Amino acid sequence: MAMNKCADAVIIGGGVVGASVAYHLAKRGFGRIVLVERSYLASGSTGRCGAGVRQQWGTKLNCLLAQESVRMFERMDDELGFDRSIEFKQGGYLLLAYTDREMNQFIKNVELEQSLGIPASLLTPAEAKAIVPMLNISDVLCATYCPTDGHANPFHVTYAYAGAARRLGAEVMTFTEVKGIVVENGKVARVVCDKGNIDTRVVVNAAGPYSGLVARMVGLEIPFWAERHQILVTEPVEPVLRPMVMSFSRRIYCQQTPHGSFIMGMGDPNEPHGFSTESSWKFLVDMAREITRVLPPVGNLKVVRQWAGLYDMTPDAHPILGATPVEGFYLACGFSGHGFMLAPVTGRLLAEVICDEKPSIDITGLDLGRFERGELVVEPSVV
Amino acid sequence: MACAKPEGEGAPGGSEGGAAAGDVVVICRCEDVTLDEIRDLIARGYTTIEEIKRITRCGMGPCQGRTCRQLVLAEIARATAKDIASVAPGRFRPPTKPVRLGGAVAGAPGPDVEGFEGDGDEQVR
Repeated sequence: MAMNKCADAVIIGGGVVGASVAYHLAKRGFGRIVLVERSYLASGSTGRCGAGVRQQWGTKLNCLLAQESVRMFERMDDELGFDRSIEFKQGGYLLLAYTDREMNQFIKNVELEQSLGIPASLLTPAEAKAIVPMLNISDVLCATYCPTDGHANPFHVTYAYAGAARRLGAEVMTFTEVKGIVVENGKVARVVCDKGNIDTRVVVNAAGPYSGLVARMVGLEIPFWAERHQILVTEPVEPVLRPMVMSFSRRIYCQQTPHGSFIMGMGDPNEPHGFSTESSWKFLVDMAREITRVLPPVGNLKVVRQWAGLYDMTPDAHPILGATPVEGFYLACGFSGHGFMLAPVTGRLLAEVICDEKPSIDITGLDLGRFERGELVVEPSVV
Repeated sequence: MACAKPEGEGAPGGSEGGAAAGDVVVICRCEDVTLDEIRDLIARGYTTIEEIKRITRCGMGPCQGRTCRQLVLAEIARATAKDIASVAPGRFRPPTKPVRLGGAVAGAPGPDVEGFEGDGDEQVR
């Protein structure tokens, strides 16, 4: 039986970004907030991600967004009152350079990061090995390290945001699919769901890799594609690896969770665009080859599970945030593999924009219009 | 089936289990998840195995849910008054059995690499 209702804002997508937007809007008392998720919370990209949180970037904007998110992760257990921990562990990120080009980029990145107060530093291979004794440094040219980077539990962060939003009066509708969005006179009027219609003047598109499909419901084309990335996890062992270890040229990252398991992922430059989330044998072989070169003892661990998720890619690997030409339709998408780590600050910024406050970080350069204007903010440091 | 069979009113498997009232009944032995935790989550509206897995890690350990999956499904079925066959069993992910990471590498060194204690019996090829 379809039930129609009305809301002051509807957020489409129950991943970590949507949950964060819902919480921050509810916290501002924006009125009746409804979060719509077609499956269960964190069922998409959030629940499949590598869980890392880093502040080491090649653009000022990504640095500022990540730096503020880290501050928010640090306070999150207290702020959201979740009955489990979000498991934020600040073991740092160790980024490895294997080419001159990479090394030169790292020197620039560290200079930028330090100018913004991010405590990153350039390390020699020997200094890197002192932090990660199992590291094979035979072809490492240099490394950068930021001790306040880390990782958190994506499921718990999402459930914590959604739970806090609920306590502030927001409604979370899981297993509810958006079928269309009605626009009247250039303004958002209604969200059509399989469980009924929701009258609203504000819609936030936080549908991750499906954001392009949601934008099309209001007639907007966004330059955007979905791309499969794969991950595996090992059996748990005693804590031996503090930081996330990452290499852009090898396209890999690897961390040990507080639980003890090692989680690692690898990008494939030949991955076609699309919505497949199947795991492949090729990934296991490629991942095993790369990680046993970088962290040889990890080869002795047993893989218990592998899976895949989707990056929501934009041409400049920066998210698309804020208002659009359709009045009342806002974007929080295109995170290009970094949605989890940017979700806390994204939720707050979107809430500020929607509530007509001055955003605490200037995100005007991240609007949809930048692609037409040709004002891309290219991020050089992406796996 | 597994020995982690809970007892109590309406518990799956009837009353032949060994647990007495007040005992801690472990459902997921890899990740130490108890029957009380599962029932608490179901009562709070988490009625799919995918949600329960993601909140508690139930079924994410080395056995990949071989023991606990059926037990959790039975609890969900009981609490939601559904037939167990109609409760979604959750996604099964590869590999079927844990495999040594180094074993997937062509020309990999054997289990003699220094580091973790691996038993080296899980060569992929």
